[in-house]
Amino acid sequence: MDFSLSEEQAMLADSISRFIDTDYDFDTRQKIAASNGGFSPEMWRTFAELGWTAVPFAESDGGLDGGPVELMLMMEQFGRGLVVEPFLANIVLAGGVLRRIANAEQKARWLAPLIAGDLQAAFAVVEPQSRFDVANTASIAEASGDGYRLNGAKSVVLNGGAADLLVVPARTSGSQVDQGGITLFAIPAETLGVTRTSYTTVDGLQAAEIVLADVTVSKDAVLGEIDNAFATIAAVIDEATLAVSAEALGIMQTMHDRTVEYSKSRVQFGVPIGSFQALQHRMVDSLMACEQSRSLLYWCVMLYLSDDPRYRSAISALKYQVGTAGVKVAEEAVQIHGGMGVTWELDIAHYLKRMTAINIMFGNADYHLDRYVAAGDAQAG
Amino acid sequence: MNIDLTKEELAFRDEVREFLATDYPQDIRRKQDEAIELSRDDMIRWQKTLYRRGWFAVNWPVEYGGTGWTAVQKYIFANELAAANTPAVIPFGVKMVAPIIYTFGSDEQKQRFLPDILDSTTWWCQGYSEPGSGSDLASLKTRADRDGNHYVVNGTKTWTTLGQYADWIFCLVRTSSDVARRQEGISFILIDMQTKGVTVNPIITIEGDHEVNEVHFDNVRVPVENLVGEEGKGWTYGKVLLQHERTNIAGVANSQYRLRKLKQSAAEPMRGTKALLDNDAFRRKIARLEIELKALEYTELRTLASVQVGQSPGPESSFLKIRGTELQQAMDALLVEAAGYYALPYVPAQYELDFPEGERIGRGTETISSLRYFNNRKASIYGGSNEIQKNIIAKHVLGL
Repeated sequence: MDFSLSEEQAMLADSISRFIDTDYDFDTRQKIAASNGGFSPEMWRTFAELGWTAVPFAESDGGLDGGPVELMLMMEQFGRGLVVEPFLANIVLAGGVLRRIANAEQKARWLAPLIAGDLQAAFAVVEPQSRFDVANTASIAEASGDGYRLNGAKSVVLNGGAADLLVVPARTSGSQVDQGGITLFAIPAETLGVTRTSYTTVDGLQAAEIVLADVTVSKDAVLGEIDNAFATIAAVIDEATLAVSAEALGIMQTMHDRTVEYSKSRVQFGVPIGSFQALQHRMVDSLMACEQSRSLLYWCVMLYLSDDPRYRSAISALKYQVGTAGVKVAEEAVQIHGGMGVTWELDIAHYLKRMTAINIMFGNADYHLDRYVAAGDAQAG
Repeated sequence: MNIDLTKEELAFRDEVREFLATDYPQDIRRKQDEAIELSRDDMIRWQKTLYRRGWFAVNWPVEYGGTGWTAVQKYIFANELAAANTPAVIPFGVKMVAPIIYTFGSDEQKQRFLPDILDSTTWWCQGYSEPGSGSDLASLKTRADRDGNHYVVNGTKTWTTLGQYADWIFCLVRTSSDVARRQEGISFILIDMQTKGVTVNPIITIEGDHEVNEVHFDNVRVPVENLVGEEGKGWTYGKVLLQHERTNIAGVANSQYRLRKLKQSAAEPMRGTKALLDNDAFRRKIARLEIELKALEYTELRTLASVQVGQSPGPESSFLKIRGTELQQAMDALLVEAAGYYALPYVPAQYELDFPEGERIGRGTETISSLRYFNNRKASIYGGSNEIQKNIIAKHVLGL
């Protein structure tokens, strides 16, 4: 058992940390988020040039062979910087599907430009009725001529507006909530019948509602096996859950550190507010929440690395923890910042918004607590 | 990063399991599993069993009889002992006073006291708290006035756990009141409980047991060679001790053991009624506790790992104390909840050794759940209350 990082891992974390400090301060972030398109293509190019977009992919696919430790370290830093560039949508979600099941031709067409930073992608997994159950897929793909015809609706698709490629689960058999019978498709976003309505989300990111109306694709669009996509979808969503949990930790730690710092300088009644015991104890609680969350994050990452069957329930434990403790830390930070904490001007407010979004994404705390219980029962039985 | 145990660590784990299978006395095991009260002799017998295997003074330096184990070995050992439900080691000698003696004591003191602590020949108790000073320890009033080659000690110590069994007591006493800060002028001395003028009076606690005492000192003459370290430096030594105490009282492995047992028993349909575990609200409480305990297990492991690379436990130990005791108490409350009405009968006699078998009221250890819950309200109060711990973290970690 070992908690230490390799030299390469420490260097990766360090380089992103320095980038956030020097090139991605809060003003820069806000300008980018408010700009047309909601993220900076130049920044994205820089991410690709620095090799960050290649980290999770196999060397044989042109990647850097990174694993969960690297993912955790990167996401924690992105959380700290409130980075709006679509790393999660492109690399973890769409890239996560492609690297697992795309064939050689599909990798050449989609994955290579994705890694190079030349292609934007989105994973259209959520549907209006599905909430957090990724099996709940009402979109239908029917055999049509040599390929398929898709109909359905996809909700809150991260990076859906900018995406050149949509990775789309659709039902090829079974009933709406079955795990079996789902197939994944790679669909160019400009395909006839795809309608996208883009918008900004509360946390300053970009998403889209997508309608598929008689979208016709060839059989080359099928990713992996017909009817058997669920395991891949679940694995990608679990990895994305790990990723946003690490991002959440970056946010929690930053909010906590900033709050402690602020309480030392903010003077009320002639003394720094950090001298008040009522506030001190709340900040100690926040510190403990950060440490407990970090412990579960490391636990999950280490289970993932050793291919431990407890990994799936551990992911739920982690997401439950960051969903509850993370939101609590964020709310406390806003509270202790007082009126300034609820202004658009201060970064603290934007961290709370991102934390709120993360709690919802891929299943909120309640959902994951129940999934944790169910997974534990399955293991015991 | 890597979660797997090495081949050596797995072998070590097997060695501990084998030891527990062969050397853990059957009668003590039975008492533990049935929650029958342990005698002084039981506790000492178990400690001597550990000693004979060389595994009693886990954290001591090897030169004094410690194990020299890595953080992971200590973690494995604690988990295996908890899984076997072994009695808790009485901490006052081996975990509390011994580190003070081998860190700050003279060679003579080391030779005189450490071997007897190591083989459990002497039983120690702690003399910190006083009737007038609880969390505000520095307000202590017990005096030790120099008279030739002796200190003359007068005052009262309280909450002295198992002081009725003790041969020795380590005390913080005031050797000078002519000081700028209250923390100065306090000394750390060792007192033989048999000395004339020492009296021990029981305090009966909430659950009805005699676990703690008040210890009175009436002109007790203590040889000056029983002073540890320098006169007036006791506060500094005591703080070190409290940090050790706090890392020792998280009790994560034990809470996890109790949670596993509860899950097992709550999974059985009972008295013709569906299993408690089928109740979603109860199941979620268990899940939340399990998640928090897992987090604390890894927080403790991370602390141990950083201690191993040379950092001292420091104020972070306060964190383990707070969260560990909160989770212990949450576990206590959950067991009361699981017992339902059977948390009500107050029949302490049925946890004594001579109680006729098969005549217990309630299933298994149900009726002791409430007694343990009441008893363990102490956990968030002792060792510096959890609020004091938060003050310590606020000051020394957050710099407030």
